[in-house]
Amino acid sequence: MADPVLVLDQVKKSYAVGTAVEVEVLHGLDLRLEQGEFVALIGPSGSGKSTLLNLIGLLDRPTSGRLVLHGEDTTTLDDAELTRLRGRAIGFVFQYHYLISAFTAVENVAMPMLLDRGFPTDAMFARADELLAQFHLSQWRDQPVAQLSGGQQQRVAIARALAMNPALVLADEPTGNLDTRSADRAFDLMREINEVHRTTFLVVTHDPRLARRCDRIVELIDGRFTADRPNVAVREEAV
Amino acid sequence: MRRWLPFEWIAAIRFLLEGRMQSLFIVAGVTIGVGVIVFMSAMLESMTSNMMRRILNSQPHISMVPPDEVARPLRDGDPALNLGTVQRRTQRTRSIDQWQAVRVDLERNPEITHVAPVVTGSALASRGVASRSVNVIGIEPERYFAIIDLPGAVVDGQPRLAPEDVVLGTDLAKELGVEVGDKVRFTAATGTMMTLTISGLFDLGHRFTNLRNVYVALRTGQALLGLIGGSTSIEVTVDDVYAAEDVAQVLQATTGVGADSWIKTNAQFFNVMNIQSISNTTIRLLVGLSVAFGIASVLIVSVVQRSKEIGILRAMGASRGQMLRVFLIQGGVLGLIGSIFGSSLGLVAIWGFHAIARNPDGSEFFPLIIDWWLPVTAAIMATATGVVAAVTPALRAARLDPVVAIRG
Repeated sequence: MADPVLVLDQVKKSYAVGTAVEVEVLHGLDLRLEQGEFVALIGPSGSGKSTLLNLIGLLDRPTSGRLVLHGEDTTTLDDAELTRLRGRAIGFVFQYHYLISAFTAVENVAMPMLLDRGFPTDAMFARADELLAQFHLSQWRDQPVAQLSGGQQQRVAIARALAMNPALVLADEPTGNLDTRSADRAFDLMREINEVHRTTFLVVTHDPRLARRCDRIVELIDGRFTADRPNVAVREEAV
Repeated sequence: MRRWLPFEWIAAIRFLLEGRMQSLFIVAGVTIGVGVIVFMSAMLESMTSNMMRRILNSQPHISMVPPDEVARPLRDGDPALNLGTVQRRTQRTRSIDQWQAVRVDLERNPEITHVAPVVTGSALASRGVASRSVNVIGIEPERYFAIIDLPGAVVDGQPRLAPEDVVLGTDLAKELGVEVGDKVRFTAATGTMMTLTISGLFDLGHRFTNLRNVYVALRTGQALLGLIGGSTSIEVTVDDVYAAEDVAQVLQATTGVGADSWIKTNAQFFNVMNIQSISNTTIRLLVGLSVAFGIASVLIVSVVQRSKEIGILRAMGASRGQMLRVFLIQGGVLGLIGSIFGSSLGLVAIWGFHAIARNPDGSEFFPLIIDWWLPVTAAIMATATGVVAAVTPALRAARLDPVVAIRG
């Protein structure tokens, strides 16, 4: 089997380190994500889900422990290297789609490639068009994103997260802001990508309905993993 | 999306276009600021060069004159004898000592472009019952005309100076009621009398000069003023008119002859010019500062408004440097666009002013002199100001923690 996409090794995160009010939010987490997994991260508010997601997304650094992404130990990298790795290896999908409103749909999808390369190329737009077609968004290609519906915007955001062919997609409540139909549609797309391209997904969700559609459910309570189980229902469905 | 533009430029321009109102207002602000600076500078430039041209039209850069004569009390220093008063010497008209040698020295000096010996003194010009006191200037035409463009100022007749010729000002001719070809009698203070024929009339644009100055050939002047073979002053032009005073100091020290530069004889003019240039610089500085603050405040607001977008761009792999440059470019672009409009506005305004503000007879107040580097300098300065003003907002954008930005 290939290298795991992500390995957490005794990852701890504290805030206000060195002061009287130091708080440890994550208490030594171990986790392994293999390529092609579709994992739900669940847990109540304040359990540390967002903190963990920021660490995995290389937006923040653990206080101690190792975080290995694609075989690379990220704790030894400097800020600029982290930024570059983040751009190439990780795709983000947020609850509020956070598209860049000054750009059109196709430009938003091409944005991660543009940031990585520094200037636009035809290949970038070809790739962005391919993703838009796959997400049934081609007809809104040149629309400013503010003119799209919520569901369309979230699909653009998912397409954008996939632009660099990332090893890992982190989705923070990706459907939390959508009506049921749009939510299902967006979720279906992610599953489809996962199955076709074997892209690993880690989805933070409060929605038990969505969690049940993931392959594996990891539960985080008070900064500790309290459960990590394969989702049998899905496995059986797949069979 | 243009294929050759780097991400930073694309994002900067898109952000400016998206915040249309903000961009429009701040560009208007920069336009007015740059317009004021360009208008003021062009106006001042025109006025100053016009005034300087007028001064230097009728004056050499440096005049070499005999040193003042001083009374030297013979018993000075004798403690037994206290002198109550020492009477000042009268300054008679006299020649520069050894002026031929001085002239050779001057001609060798590399900073000096032209040298012309002249003889000047007062006389009475009379015609019939009319008589006016005048300042007779004896010149060697070909040398003197290189310093003062008298031929260019001749409005009637020829700037010809044969021994019997005289060239005088239009105002004097009017007062004496004479024309080219008429004869005028000149009587020097020494009593020498000469009758000369008017060969030309000049108008140096200065009533006093037109009334007082009378040009004759050097030898004629020498004879009239009783200074045979002498020269009362040597007129000099130098390469750099602003260095005239320094050159004059050196000449005075090396030749032992007095040297008065035009800067010294026009001290008032230079005072006014200095004050104007100080106030101009102050105004430029203040306008520049307010433009800078305007740009900075607009960009700070923009950074705050876009903090989520900046956070997401950082999450997608934008480096701190890229975010920094996006905002620096916005500052520079605002400055540049404002300066292009501002320079146009300033130039149109000065043309308009020049066309509308006229003397009662319809002639122009001053000739318009526009240095074409002015808009270029204004553009460079405004762009630089914009970039500098954008430093604080840009640093703010670059330092934004994506975690905080996205969550907040």
